[in-house]
Amino acid sequence: MTLYNSNIFETVRMTEKENLDIRTITMGISLLDTIDSSGERSRRKIYDKITTLAENLVKTGNQIEEEFGIPIINKRISITPISIIAAASDDKNYIKFAQILDDAAKEVGVNFIGGYSALVQKDFTNSDRDFINSIAEALSVTERVCSSVNVGSTKTGINMEAVKIMGKVIKDAAYLTRDNDSIGCAKLVVFANAVDDNPFMAGAFHGIGQGEAVLHVGVSGPGVVKSALEKVKGEPLDIVAENIKKTAFKITRAGELVGKEAAKRLNVPFGILDLSLAPTPEIGDSVARILEEIGLESCGTHGTTAALAMLNDAVKKGGIMASSSVGGLSGAFIPVSEDEGMINAVKNGSITFDKLEAMTSVCSVGLDMIAVPGDTSETTISAIIADEAAIGVINNKTTAVRIIPVHGKTVGDMAHFGGLLGYAPIMKLNDFSSEAFINRGGKIPAPVHSFKN
Amino acid sequence: MKVIITVIGKDKPGIIFNVSKILFENSVNIEDISQTIMQDYFTMMMLADMSNASSDFNSVKSLLEKAGEDIGVSIKIQRQEFFESMHNI
Repeated sequence: MTLYNSNIFETVRMTEKENLDIRTITMGISLLDTIDSSGERSRRKIYDKITTLAENLVKTGNQIEEEFGIPIINKRISITPISIIAAASDDKNYIKFAQILDDAAKEVGVNFIGGYSALVQKDFTNSDRDFINSIAEALSVTERVCSSVNVGSTKTGINMEAVKIMGKVIKDAAYLTRDNDSIGCAKLVVFANAVDDNPFMAGAFHGIGQGEAVLHVGVSGPGVVKSALEKVKGEPLDIVAENIKKTAFKITRAGELVGKEAAKRLNVPFGILDLSLAPTPEIGDSVARILEEIGLESCGTHGTTAALAMLNDAVKKGGIMASSSVGGLSGAFIPVSEDEGMINAVKNGSITFDKLEAMTSVCSVGLDMIAVPGDTSETTISAIIADEAAIGVINNKTTAVRIIPVHGKTVGDMAHFGGLLGYAPIMKLNDFSSEAFINRGGKIPAPVHSFKN
Repeated sequence: MKVIITVIGKDKPGIIFNVSKILFENSVNIEDISQTIMQDYFTMMMLADMSNASSDFNSVKSLLEKAGEDIGVSIKIQRQEFFESMHNI
């Protein structure tokens, strides 16, 4: 054998004991050819195209899971932003578009379909505003549809009008899904610098520069990284970084193999591999616990940002060495409700909302799955989005906000979203108003790209 | 298709016999085998070729898993590329 026995057992241990899994295989499908002046016809074409191309997605994923012995947790679909697809249709009944996506997702058996989205980083088209105003209702009448809105980019600056509207959309979604701890908001992401090949939900969509259909893969493995770090206790941080890099390499290789195999069997090109460390609420699958393994008593204490920066960078380095198809978001996710260690850090008071914001400046994505009081004002939510978008736009990185103002709950309560979405203690926000700032509207101009300080 | 079969469990007579019997009955050719006892635990790895197998992957997998349950050891079968891709540059 060209493999050493120790290699074989290392791999078996990763899948058996350390929760190594493929977090998602996501089929990106272009819906550009489903645009039609008749909304009815357009929706029929959308349904037919998705159910034809993704017919075997779940079955293929399950078979690969059997053969390689690695779980593929989610099978999902991303599509061209519906704001673009539906813009030409006569009836402008966006809710019906959301429902047809939900139906198609159920028919092929995927748990989420992403792309009920709009890209308004510079400005709105005539139909964009109507579309964005439909998001809250769309999320409340569908089960599997995920939505995202890109409100800023490094090239265009921040569309503050869109930021303002999104504060209201999030509050509306929270109210309309109030019976389920405002879960509608867990399916809605507000981006700056959104990427168009992201396989992870809720922010996945199939960008217009992408091909006809493509298969992306998102790998995970916080448990594997933590176990690897347990072997270098007390060593200097460069040794820790090296260790993370090597582990990320192995995880990435496993993911690339699975993704390419799935693409081949589904007869679509392989797209990208997103090597994000994506935690789950399960014990042993937490990014916060990795940071604690590096030496922090509890995630969120002083030093957390530095440890996270190193982790995120080392994961990227290992992954980029392992695959030539790295894309998507690729880094460490720090959702609160989806990470057992993070939930614990909120409960014991070591992590605050402000620290989370600081952490997003050095890691993948942003303020993710954070439950806040239900009586938080629209403008405060908009201001949180503006802060996060500013971090992304100035630093030339993707940032996002997925925040849940849980209707009827306040600091000290717990919100339960179920499954991989997890549960979260309601976090305290700053009590002072941002209303006058948000009500100005307009735009924050694109930043200068030199004189970096 | 090349596969790697790993067996981990308490050592007892007949483990290799039971695994190779299933492989023989399904025309799966064993190409390499190594075993060791680590801390009282029997660990075995087999490299096998399924290209002329008389049953499909899933059937062989469930037969092996069933045998593992009967003997009281854990038996896993995975495609070889999975290991190769992870450990070779």
